[in-house]
Amino acid sequence: RNLELPEHLKAYKGVWVFIEHDRGVVHPVSWELLGEGRKLADTLGVSLAGVVMGGADEALDAIAKEAYTFGAESCYIVRDPVLKGYRNEPFTKGMTDLVNKYQPEIVLLGATTMGRDLAGSVATTLSTGLTADCTELRIDPATRALAATRPTFGGSLLCTIMTLAYRPQMATVRPRVMQMPDADPSRSGVIVEDRLAMIETDIVTKLLDFIADENNNKVNLAYADIIVSGGKGMKSPDNFKLVWELARVLGAEVGATRPVVQSGWVDAERQVGQTGKTVRPKLYIAAGISGAIQHRVGMEGADVIVAINTDANAPIFDFAHHGIVGNAMQVLPVLTETFREHIAMRSRKAA
Amino acid sequence: MHIVVCIKQVPDSAQIRVHPVTNTIMRQGVPAIVNPYDLFALEEALRLKDQFGGKVTMLCMGPPQAEDALKKCISFGADDAVLVTDRAFAGADTLATSYALAAAVRQISREQKVDIVFTGKQTIDGDTAQVGPGIAKRLGLQLLTYVSRIAEVDIENDRITVERRAEGGVQVLRTAMPCLITMLEGTNEMRFAPLENMIHAARYPVRKWSKEAAGIEDITKIGLKGSPTVVSKVFGPTPRAEKALMQSVEDASPRDVTLNVIQKIFTQHPTLERDILAKATV
Ligand SMILES: Cc1cc2nc3c(=O)[nH]c(=O)nc-3n(C[C@H](O)[C@H](O)[C@H](O)COP(=O)(O)OP(=O)(O)OC[C@H]3O[C@@H](n4cnc5c(N)ncnc54)[C@H](O)[C@@H]3O)c2cc1C
Ligand SMILES: Cc1cc2nc3c(=O)[nH]c(=O)nc-3n(C[C@H](O)[C@H](O)[C@H](O)COP(=O)(O)OP(=O)(O)OC[C@H]3O[C@@H](n4cnc5c(N)ncnc54)[C@H](O)[C@@H]3O)c2cc1C
Repeated sequence: RNLELPEHLKAYKGVWVFIEHDRGVVHPVSWELLGEGRKLADTLGVSLAGVVMGGADEALDAIAKEAYTFGAESCYIVRDPVLKGYRNEPFTKGMTDLVNKYQPEIVLLGATTMGRDLAGSVATTLSTGLTADCTELRIDPATRALAATRPTFGGSLLCTIMTLAYRPQMATVRPRVMQMPDADPSRSGVIVEDRLAMIETDIVTKLLDFIADENNNKVNLAYADIIVSGGKGMKSPDNFKLVWELARVLGAEVGATRPVVQSGWVDAERQVGQTGKTVRPKLYIAAGISGAIQHRVGMEGADVIVAINTDANAPIFDFAHHGIVGNAMQVLPVLTETFREHIAMRSRKAA
Repeated sequence: MHIVVCIKQVPDSAQIRVHPVTNTIMRQGVPAIVNPYDLFALEEALRLKDQFGGKVTMLCMGPPQAEDALKKCISFGADDAVLVTDRAFAGADTLATSYALAAAVRQISREQKVDIVFTGKQTIDGDTAQVGPGIAKRLGLQLLTYVSRIAEVDIENDRITVERRAEGGVQVLRTAMPCLITMLEGTNEMRFAPLENMIHAARYPVRKWSKEAAGIEDITKIGLKGSPTVVSKVFGPTPRAEKALMQSVEDASPRDVTLNVIQKIFTQHPTLERDILAKATV
């Protein structure tokens, strides 16, 4: 297999991030990727650009402006009525045409239902490599290629994947895996507008409707600041109420392990881990959770992890910051009460 | 209606262990199963067949042992099965995999026109969710990923309406068949295989296609050669530098232990205390 970059692909320069937005809201993973893309572009000494595609009446320029504050130096905007509401066909066309024309060396997308749908078809159309669900992106000093690391076999191992002889190098990254960069409102950039060579009658698939989730804004586990999670060690759905109670006192979201979800104690959208959500809260309290690798990969990015477990040798204590060895049914109510008192005391002082 | 369902045989990851010293996968004795996500695709295909009649053809690329996975699907009620198996396919990444599978689907559709190709959402080993979109692009099929429900099939006009899971909601999409659907998990429940089906499946002559039989035109596009991605390193997760600060309710009262923890985290992370005070409901 030839691993040398062919001459005609050496002209590919620059790092691109696909800016995902839907019904007026940019997915935060796009800003997280700009933060990461900025580092890659600086290492390579190339520029960082955002790609914004959308309908004629959408505020694409405002999105581009915001992209500059997160580190993009320019934005490619493709504005066309057929790009209102995500559909694979026109977005694939828009993205592949842009890539062929401007030739970026790296293209990053969020590993969302939109990003994965688009990345898979763009990479196939361009006949290039695509690395899925990465947790770390670096530049390999020897080859100047993107070294994209992803967990494999449910997180028990990590592997680093490179696309050496093809361009662009593509990767998707899950929300919350990368840190949100600080916005710098003083930054600006340039807009490059492009047209889409496609009209509605060319497009076979029609978007008939969008049914927004009822509880859309209620559970946003990935972006919660504080999460109280329970595992199978909580023993019963009744005991699991102790988890909810602590969460209520802290204004936190409730998370869970996969067996808890499978037992039907909580909804699937609360599952943390490899096959659930990746979270990055400031505080993660884990009660009755063993700390299996598939759970760990979803929450080890938390700033502070407090674990309660009867087993002093539970794997969770290998990566928690504070460990309490004890029965969760006994410790959780006390912890809740102590937090409650502390908060009450501090609120009184502040008042 | 002719439906092709793509399945992958995967190691039962619940039973996979990693060698603690060499960081290699210990595959010995780990049973191989049908990728669990693919069963949702198969069940959906079988339901369409129940409703509209027709035929479900299974397709898998893999080593000769993958025949077992296909037989399992026959026992659930699939009509025919093709195993694309050839040393030349080894080492394929998703781009090379979708090339080979697309060629095989084309070959199958020469026998009988294909209306829908199904795949699972993703596998439990490679876990990329890239093969479905890849096959669709190569065959020029309309792509419908993360489908949570098939709302309507209009056979007369070759039209299909589905619900697709998106961030924050569900898209309702209508498109033309032939199309490729990647089925979301948890959307249906696999039926039981009756005993007579199992006997039929055990004896079923799964068709095995070499790269020639599968209609591969360009052998530089399959296997390792056709794979742009290069796995450069495999390693274990790094342990954290220091272990957790441990306290036990054996040594102190739960009250003292929790007070101690709360004090420590708030001293070390003053902004956390502020956040909690802002949000908390006492
Ligand atoms: C392909 C694959 C994907 C997976 N994806 C995920 C995923 O996304 N998320 C996930 O969480 N898991 C996932 N898993 C499952 C994972 O491997 C573990 O099985 C799971 O995380 C364990 O959940 P648990 O800690 O709740 O339960 P257990 O492993 O049963 O652990 C219970 C813990 O509670 C402790 N305990 C018992 N009684 C008490 C008590 N009274 N007080 C305090 N502690 C007590 C025990 O010591 C033990 O450590 C996946 C597995 C596979 C194979
Ligand atoms: C640890 C690991 C990491 C990898 N990372 C990458 C990566 O980042 N990028 C990359 O390009 N390749 C990667 N690969 C290679 C990739 O797994 C293989 O190409 C594999 O053949 C298909 O990809 P998948 O398992 O991710 O399938 P997915 O794309 O997740 O599968 C989606 C669906 O496609 C169908 N399907 C998939 N494979 C087959 C098959 N062989 N036969 C029939 N139907 C099938 C199934 O219906 C399945 O549900 C990785 C492999 C491993 C083991």
